[in-house]
Amino acid sequence: MSRNPDAAAHLESAREIVRFDTVSMRYGYGPEVLRGLDFTLPAGSFHFVTGSSGAGKTSLLRLIALAARPSDGRIALFGHDIGRMPPASRPALRRRIGVVFQDLLLLDHLSVFDNAALPLRISGGKASNYRGDVAELLAWVGLGGRMDSMPRTLAGGEKQRLAIARAVVNRPEILLADEPTANVDHEMALRIFRLFVELNRLGTTVLIATHDQDLVARSGRPVLHLDGGRLTQRAAYGAEPA
Amino acid sequence: MTAFDPVRWRPAPLLPEADARDGALLFVVAVLCFLACLTALGVIASDRAARGWIGQLGGEATVIVRPRSGETPDAAAARAAEALAGTPGVAEARALEPAKAYDLIRPWLGDIGDLEDLPVPRLVTVTLDEKAPADAARLAAALKAQDVDGSVDDHSLWIGGVKRSASLARGLGAGVFLLIGAAAAAVVAFATRAGLAARRDVVEVLHLSGASGAFIARLFQVRFARMAAMGGLAGAVAAALVGAVLRLAGGPHGVTPALPVSWADLLAILPCPLAAALVAAAAARFTAQGLIRELE
Repeated sequence: MSRNPDAAAHLESAREIVRFDTVSMRYGYGPEVLRGLDFTLPAGSFHFVTGSSGAGKTSLLRLIALAARPSDGRIALFGHDIGRMPPASRPALRRRIGVVFQDLLLLDHLSVFDNAALPLRISGGKASNYRGDVAELLAWVGLGGRMDSMPRTLAGGEKQRLAIARAVVNRPEILLADEPTANVDHEMALRIFRLFVELNRLGTTVLIATHDQDLVARSGRPVLHLDGGRLTQRAAYGAEPA
Repeated sequence: MTAFDPVRWRPAPLLPEADARDGALLFVVAVLCFLACLTALGVIASDRAARGWIGQLGGEATVIVRPRSGETPDAAAARAAEALAGTPGVAEARALEPAKAYDLIRPWLGDIGDLEDLPVPRLVTVTLDEKAPADAARLAAALKAQDVDGSVDDHSLWIGGVKRSASLARGLGAGVFLLIGAAAAAVVAFATRAGLAARRDVVEVLHLSGASGAFIARLFQVRFARMAAMGGLAGAVAAALVGAVLRLAGGPHGVTPALPVSWADLLAILPCPLAAALVAAAAARFTAQGLIRELE
């Protein structure tokens, strides 16, 4: 039986969760913060994005999270060219992406449980169908005893874990985390990292932007290194730049 | 303190319940609704007054009788009244007493001593049949048939003036009503913009979590519709109180003849909270969707 070339191509592209083809980005009329990026993230992969402050890590994550648009080049997410996608289709695509923002963006007027359940509410699920899953997830990230607390009463690590819980509660296909260990101690950083590893083991593609070179070194995971908006390394940590 | 039970959890409102601007917005919407309700009451009452006046004027006619030579004015008036009383479409025709005729012209000429010596024409008041009133031509024909020299005034000049005034009052009322509605919509649109700006964090999180523009806009729409309904209710209740005071103070004829307020008029302000909510919902949705589109 012969293979259908179109179906094969679709299958191939579907295995690429993210594809960047010579992507550049600038804010307004400012200088380019990302220049000519070319890379792919296969389904189920775990990558770090490293680079000094201002190298473009957050901008890269914002592009993948559909929070910004490229000024040049082509981005494909889950096999869809986002430049050709009508605006009405973008929210559905965003629901397949989990994001842990650098400043967490927890909603202060909502409880821990309400914050964690937010993506499921947005997806239109019935509360009775998901509240058990949310409680289970919060217990898994160590917030089982804080479900009715308000975010401002949480410690830094607890906030970080709540943001992660909210990012993964919808079982996204890719998880983006921007400096998730920036404001926690070393022990908490390791706990959070183990969470990401566990999520990755469950099939979620993970991309973490971090300054924490020690964490990156110990993980042995592939690295996308940015320098002045250019991608200078895309092999495993310690390898020579590609 | 009881432990949190996920089974009893109910989703909290995604927008914070209270906002410092809410009180001011509620007050403005209440005032606008109060003014809109008063306008509606005023238009209804003035329309009723106009219809009453038209009914009164249209139900009567006045005939000015001039005596033939050798005939006394009183005899001419009596002959005219008799001629008209038998005309189809006339319920009653009655010659006005001379004293009343003098009373009618005294304000124009002053209280002069020899008023009775003046050749004042006699008047005949004609009450027309309500179902099939006679027109001016028929009354004139009846007078001519009896050789009575008289002019018929069917008050059409006055009726035309009252009708024009009534339609002008209705038009002005509708204009004021529309202006108030537009002002309410503008206030809500402004508040929505301010609300979106103040709650940019919420909007951003919802947006990046996959909420559609319609989902986010609906949050603001429901919030402002509810607030406008409360403001509308407050304004309507205040206007109803004013209407009730006018009705109680003036009785069925109103404080002035131009504003005869009826209890039934108060029903006209019942839809105010719903109308305010609809205007606010539309303004909030339109504004929010426009702003959210800019985020894409």
